[in-house]
Amino acid sequence: MPEFLSKKKRSKKQIIIELLAEWGIRITASFSIIVIFLIFIFVFREAGGLIFGTAKELKPKVEKKVKESDILKPEVYNPETGEIEKIKEPESKKKKETKKQSIWENIAGTVWQPVGKEPKYGIMPLLAGTLKVTFVALLLATPLGIFAAIYTAFFAKRKFREWIKPTVEILAGFPSVVLGFFCLVTIVRGVNLITTYIQSGLDAFAAGLGFLLPFAKEYLHEACTISEFHYSGVVGGIGLGLAVIPIIFTITEDALSAVPKSYREASLALGATEWETAFKVMLPAALPGVVAAVLLGIGRAFGETMIALMATGNAALLSWNIFHPVRTLAATIGSETGEVQWGSLHYNILFFLGILLFIVSFSINAVTELFVKKYLTKKFQGA
Amino acid sequence: MAKDSVKIKIRNFNVLYGEKQALNDITLDVQINKVTAFIGPSGCGKSTLLRSINRMNDLIYTFSANGKLTIDETNVYDPDIDVVELRKKVGMVFQKSIPFPKSIYENVAYGLRLNQTPPSTEVDEIVEYSLKKAALWDEVKDRLHDSATGLSGGQQQRLCIARAVAVNPEILLMDEPCSALDPISTAKIEELIEELKDSYTIVIVTHNMQQAARVSDSTGFFYMGDLIEFDKTRTLFTSPSKKETEDYITGRFG
Repeated sequence: MPEFLSKKKRSKKQIIIELLAEWGIRITASFSIIVIFLIFIFVFREAGGLIFGTAKELKPKVEKKVKESDILKPEVYNPETGEIEKIKEPESKKKKETKKQSIWENIAGTVWQPVGKEPKYGIMPLLAGTLKVTFVALLLATPLGIFAAIYTAFFAKRKFREWIKPTVEILAGFPSVVLGFFCLVTIVRGVNLITTYIQSGLDAFAAGLGFLLPFAKEYLHEACTISEFHYSGVVGGIGLGLAVIPIIFTITEDALSAVPKSYREASLALGATEWETAFKVMLPAALPGVVAAVLLGIGRAFGETMIALMATGNAALLSWNIFHPVRTLAATIGSETGEVQWGSLHYNILFFLGILLFIVSFSINAVTELFVKKYLTKKFQGA
Repeated sequence: MAKDSVKIKIRNFNVLYGEKQALNDITLDVQINKVTAFIGPSGCGKSTLLRSINRMNDLIYTFSANGKLTIDETNVYDPDIDVVELRKKVGMVFQKSIPFPKSIYENVAYGLRLNQTPPSTEVDEIVEYSLKKAALWDEVKDRLHDSATGLSGGQQQRLCIARAVAVNPEILLMDEPCSALDPISTAKIEELIEELKDSYTIVIVTHNMQQAARVSDSTGFFYMGDLIEFDKTRTLFTSPSKKETEDYITGRFG
């Protein structure tokens, strides 16, 4: 073997240092993965009481066998036989008791009232609330974030760009409790001011139409009422939108800046304006990045707890109206975990909500990755 | 030389990037329906001059120009000129073939759909015409709606030519269109240039002196921002009047 290929060229010390560095990196990486994995298992285990039906509330109640004769039952004197008889229980009542609602039926219900004599764990209002605020947040943040990114990437002066990008990136780490507080005292006023104006217009409309169609007066009044609540899905959604804008902005801006400059030149050389270039060439070329940005935005809006807790009214109402107060999955976990009885069914269900959050955001990601992205890419970039 | 045969007239044209002078006092005429080649070593200003014709240099914020550069007697650097319209009239093909990440059809149709929505039958026609003009139609007619990024390098470059042709320009600027291509693709493009010059005035920048000798009618030799010599291609390559030109074309430097 030639001299330069011999292993002895490297000193022992060098070899040991390399080995240590390699293993150090390996262990650190595995450690973080293992931690996440363990958290995952923990959440599933804590929800186990519900999933495997082992929670004590779910077990059939073991009642002491009592002799029929021991039970004191109302007695009635029967004049026909001259004896004292016991009244038989009506059959129907017995049947009702045996037909007990299963826990999954309860969970699929429309009322969330976890504390009470007959706890109701209907998650529908929570799911609807989460989707409602996420929708409002994205409706606000997606266009704003993307337009701001386009402006910054292609139109802004260099100095401005160098200044605005890090500033917005800092905003992405803005404490959500501060944003929530801001919504609580400020955004809500703006929203209410606007809804009041719209409402007065609608009232006038309803009154006018009601004059013509007196029989529909009641219905019109109901149909033309936006909401009588202060805190609502819209207020919370705007708050979440404020938290999501920086995320969509920075990632979209990165994606747009990564598009080769030559595309821009080629487009401009064909006689396109800057706007046409940005929208017809650069944005489609940066599409995968833009989709990723919106996805991360959805994830943030979905899991955001503090803003949702503070600004949405936090009431589990089930309705289509985005001006009604809502309660999100994350906010429910956030507000109830502190007071729940440890290990109870309610406790299990809160963890189940956590799993649900994970499943929903995972499926949104999966669907986007598998279908939406493919479709958009085909549409804007050719197959 | 008849005066009406001049398409682009450049008189005492200077370009500065910030403080740095990139072109000194350039004066030349580009003949209509002829191929004019700019040759010279890297950094000599030939590309700068080419990109000044359709004002692509405006994108560089330190760029400034003075002197006269006229197309059909209109000064390109007149403040009243609409750059967008100018660029529609003066097409450009770049060194790197850069089809947009769209389908072949959409790439060619892109320029047509800017600022207007022509009827789709018209677009179909122009796309076919442009692709035929760029000698690409037979190769792609069955897969017009496939992504353009799947084409070979030479096909991509011809697609870029088709894309430029589709907006019906009067002048075609080519910035080293073959420098990234293999000899066969290069030969195809050169053949194409020969055909295109009947319809367009072509200005081509090239590193490849043989290419300039093969395709062009007039050639300008640039060195350090100066136009050393500008003449009929045959004259310049056979009996150059300046010593630098001779040194360059015989390969003594560059």
